[in-house]
Amino acid sequence: MASAVASTLSSHASGSSATLRATNDPAWVRWTLTTIALLFLTFFLALPLAAVFAEALRRGFGAYFSAFADHDAIASIRLTLLTALISVPANLVFGVAAAWVIAKFQFRGKSLLTTLIDLPFAVSPVISGLIYVLVFGLQGWWGAWLIEHDLKIIFAVPGIILATTFVTFPFVARELIPLMQSQGSDEEYAAISLGASGWQTFWHVTVPNIKWGLLYGVILCNARAMGEFGAVSVVSGHIRGETNTMPLHVEILYNEYNFVGAFAVASLLAVLAIVTLVLKALVEWRHAQTRRSS
Amino acid sequence: MSIQVSSIRKTFGAFTALNGVDLHVPSGKLVALLGPSGSGKTTLLRIIAGLEFADEGSGQIQFHGVDVTRVPAGQRKVGFVFQHYALFRHMTIFENIAFGLKVRPRAERPAAREIAERVRFLLKLVQLEGLEGRYPSQLSGGQRQRIALARALAVDPKVLLLDEPFGALDAKVRKELRRWLRRFHDEIHLTTVFVTHDQEEALEIADEVVIMNQAKVEQVGTPQEVYDRPASPFVYQFLGNVNVLRAQALAHAGAHQPHAGALESDGRVYVRPHDIEVIPHIPGAPGMAAVLRYVHAAGPQARLTLEQVQTRETIEVEIARSELSLLDLKTGDLVNLRLRQGHSFADDYAI
Repeated sequence: MASAVASTLSSHASGSSATLRATNDPAWVRWTLTTIALLFLTFFLALPLAAVFAEALRRGFGAYFSAFADHDAIASIRLTLLTALISVPANLVFGVAAAWVIAKFQFRGKSLLTTLIDLPFAVSPVISGLIYVLVFGLQGWWGAWLIEHDLKIIFAVPGIILATTFVTFPFVARELIPLMQSQGSDEEYAAISLGASGWQTFWHVTVPNIKWGLLYGVILCNARAMGEFGAVSVVSGHIRGETNTMPLHVEILYNEYNFVGAFAVASLLAVLAIVTLVLKALVEWRHAQTRRSS
Repeated sequence: MSIQVSSIRKTFGAFTALNGVDLHVPSGKLVALLGPSGSGKTTLLRIIAGLEFADEGSGQIQFHGVDVTRVPAGQRKVGFVFQHYALFRHMTIFENIAFGLKVRPRAERPAAREIAERVRFLLKLVQLEGLEGRYPSQLSGGQRQRIALARALAVDPKVLLLDEPFGALDAKVRKELRRWLRRFHDEIHLTTVFVTHDQEEALEIADEVVIMNQAKVEQVGTPQEVYDRPASPFVYQFLGNVNVLRAQALAHAGAHQPHAGALESDGRVYVRPHDIEVIPHIPGAPGMAAVLRYVHAAGPQARLTLEQVQTRETIEVEIARSELSLLDLKTGDLVNLRLRQGHSFADDYAI
């Protein structure tokens, strides 16, 4: 990344000597700003990331991989994947539905709905978790009823999935609303006037038009679903091997001074994050390509 | 197929888009819905297409005598061309045109070979053969417009509806395309309604012009009828430039008035700039005295701006360039004006 920044900078510098540009800052300003940015990136992003891997591998690969052989670690990885596997598709459906309603229809309370979609971003994740404890917990509104019917939500997997779904709800919707609004409804109207059903219109006209935005939203949603700590921590109950997701498992290991184990699991999360970012960059690049060709 | 619209009402919240509109479109005609923006013309077109529905309890839409008021758009056999074309941006031109055939239920869907044949036929019809593989964004505005037309025609509509078909094109393409549309209509004889706010466009190509204003139909007639005999001051002013003069001033100036009988109820006379004659000023001669203020001679006709001496009203006049050079006028010169033709309205039409 650093080399890419440097190369764009040098090409700018050589360009500016040949032609006059409206935004022609002196060289020392450009270099200072670039240096500050690079230093910041190094200290706040690159070093911590490197530290995670360094710590994880401090006792060699044997210790590193044995951290994943642990039964609780495997359970936490499985739970994290399960959570993402349920909450991401759920938010895909909710997000498309919400964006559709907001972008294509006029109704009373539309701006209220738009604001509500942002609510999970606005409140602290801890509060999101507490809401579920309040509703489904033992002392909560439906607590008695749930016990009667032998249903466990808080301190169990359903609670974790609910909290994660809530926290990650805005990603897909936020991504799609401006996209759908800018595209308008004319193509849908055209499809309908040509005799297509609502379902055909959705699959043949709407989905192809929003697919890149949708994919982008899903990737971000997935990244957050796997990494969510606050809300999940409140509803999880921290039962080892049962209700610990990967971020929670990392915390427990760290608190027990099992640094290699903690950093090993953390490194796996970091790898997931990096893969997500690479995918996101790829999607953006593909999107730019299709846009340029069209 | 004829279209009959009877007392259609449409409101959006507090805004009335159509206030009891009646309209008859004869089979096989090319009809223009003409009006300023906000007059309800596009809403009317969309209601005819079924993309919008009239208010509950208001009138009917009939196609060839059959009530289609509640029939969904896809079943009305209507071809609709959108103002900004609304081509499917992720589909090739071929896929765009074939769309209406491909989405049919299996039993009614033509075979792939037939669809391909139909697409090719339509591309030939709109004179854009060979563009099958392109994407909409690779075409010019005029080409996209014709592809949108071909796509609408693919489903074999009984009625063709076009919303501001030339609105997004530049002036030259616009002129070419509208003449092309007229010839095209003469070939296929499909009942066609198009919306426009450009009076020149409507008068040039339509068989019949429907002039709309403030959610109502003001006048229906052939281009010649509505231009020569406007039913209201609004129509008069909307269809080209017009001078609005006070009748007393004319009488005082001794100008002759062809429609003098109608003058009594209304104090104003409407005169087109080309219906005013400019003659050299001779004191005592008939006509009203005016001072030449400005000459705009770049164009086929010279446009003169004059100020009437007695009332200080501004008058626009159009005369041939040759006539102007014969008169040999300079700004500030005094001339006499005579009306060839004027028009006045009863009071209830007053603007």
